[in-house]
Amino acid sequence: MLARTKSSQIDKSGPVESAPPVLEILSAEKCFADGTRALAPIDLTVAAGEFVTLIGPSGCGKSTLLKLIANLLEPTDGRILWWRAGHDKLGSPGRRIAFVFQDPTLMPWAHVEANIRLPLDLAGVSKQESRQRVAEALSRVGLQGFERHYPRQLSGGMRMRVSIARGLVTEPNLILMDEPFGALDEITRNRLDADLLGLWWERKLTALFVTHSIYEAVFLSTRVVVISARPGRIFNVMTIDELQPRDAGFRDSARFAAYCRQLSAWLAEASLPQRAP
Amino acid sequence: MRPLAQSEAAMTITAPLLVGVAMVLVWEIACRVFHVPVFLFPKPSDIGLTLASEWPSLLRALGMTLRIAFQAFATAVVIGTLIAFVFVQSRAIERSFFPYAVLLQVTPIVAIAPLIIILVKNTQVALTLCATVVALFPIISNTTLGLRSVDPGLASLFRMNRAGRLQTLWRLRIPSALPYFFGGLRISSGLALIGAVVAEFVAGTGGRSSGLAYEILQAGFALDIPRMFAAMLLITLAGVSWFTLMVGLSKLALGGWHESEAGAES
Repeated sequence: MLARTKSSQIDKSGPVESAPPVLEILSAEKCFADGTRALAPIDLTVAAGEFVTLIGPSGCGKSTLLKLIANLLEPTDGRILWWRAGHDKLGSPGRRIAFVFQDPTLMPWAHVEANIRLPLDLAGVSKQESRQRVAEALSRVGLQGFERHYPRQLSGGMRMRVSIARGLVTEPNLILMDEPFGALDEITRNRLDADLLGLWWERKLTALFVTHSIYEAVFLSTRVVVISARPGRIFNVMTIDELQPRDAGFRDSARFAAYCRQLSAWLAEASLPQRAP
Repeated sequence: MRPLAQSEAAMTITAPLLVGVAMVLVWEIACRVFHVPVFLFPKPSDIGLTLASEWPSLLRALGMTLRIAFQAFATAVVIGTLIAFVFVQSRAIERSFFPYAVLLQVTPIVAIAPLIIILVKNTQVALTLCATVVALFPIISNTTLGLRSVDPGLASLFRMNRAGRLQTLWRLRIPSALPYFFGGLRISSGLALIGAVVAEFVAGTGGRSSGLAYEILQAGFALDIPRMFAAMLLITLAGVSWFTLMVGLSKLALGGWHESEAGAES
């Protein structure tokens, strides 16, 4: 119970930095047509430049929350507010979100360059500009020279890099990632985590990331939001106030282990079946 | 690995070829040893001689059959694809009309052909219609399936990027459907030829002459068995080359990306 009250305090106070919010989730909840209550009312504010990670047991509604934000699902109640970049004004137009799925979700018939260019093509960006932006995105994820390769010719890690490049190419206000590296082996995953963190820092991205891995959450995030299951609700929030950019040394530090230990304990508690009040 | 791959490719051509040559040789020898009369079962050499002497008329007949089959195939592809596009617009339309497409498929062409040939005055048109009926279903069912088989993740991606209906169709649905569509083409090409020949048979028994089937029928009446075999050989060869053409076409379109056509490299 103590943990719960603490979390609500942190939520109300918002992010630690004074950066303007990108997104505000105001008691958004989701019930599905079959009566499943996927999300209890959730309040969460994501500020510009934050790296927020959602972690929780399977079926706790993390992915549902991401889909609500991406407008792939409608909230049953509550609101999701977008702050227009540059102005402290609310407004929904002008928001740019990128979604990186669990799977690379690439078009198998299109080569790497066309896959990355897709969001620009759909938005009607000029050929010249899109070529330049695709080239930039490719070099950011370290895939120069693979423009003409088809997805099936790439390894799992490289496909994920293509997927991330496609997310970056629109220069999104917010990048949503739903367990993007879950299917990869640990070495590849660690390398992609490090590269992602570098990208986030360099490009001043704002990211909302879902994972099952405690280590990944601690390594990447500025804030970790622990979600408990059935219905999904915010169980607790951990702020990871560490120097940026983080390097592999952080993984070996005692502080890293302490964060992991605490998060692991919270996660275990959040996974317990909830008693009816 | 290259030499192995090359020898494998050579194997796929030479091995069946050797089997074919061996079978023809056994056939020839058996006919000679047992003195089988030509009007019962001709030797391969008899068939070859017939082909050599009568090729102008046989080839003309083959041309007629192929023209009907090709017209039917083209019509089936156009109509079948259009119907598939209509079907994917709404489940209600598909549910209402799909049973009739199935009806078209399960009714034997031999049963409908006489009716069509009686109803349609022009023999060419009647035969094309019969063959179209046979070739239509695989195109409809495969293309409908293909247009529906869109990766749900990619569909969300298109939705999130606010893609229009036309953009989604052109950039997502049609490419996703291509492998299924080409599968339909392969089945349909063979069926168009079979449909054409069957329809010609039916028309031929009614005295309306056309194509290779009519040649076979006439040769049968005249007990000219080598000519029957020669006509059959031509139909078979035409069918095989057409199928090969379709395989090549599908490889050309899908070779770069689809698992079914992509080689074992990488």
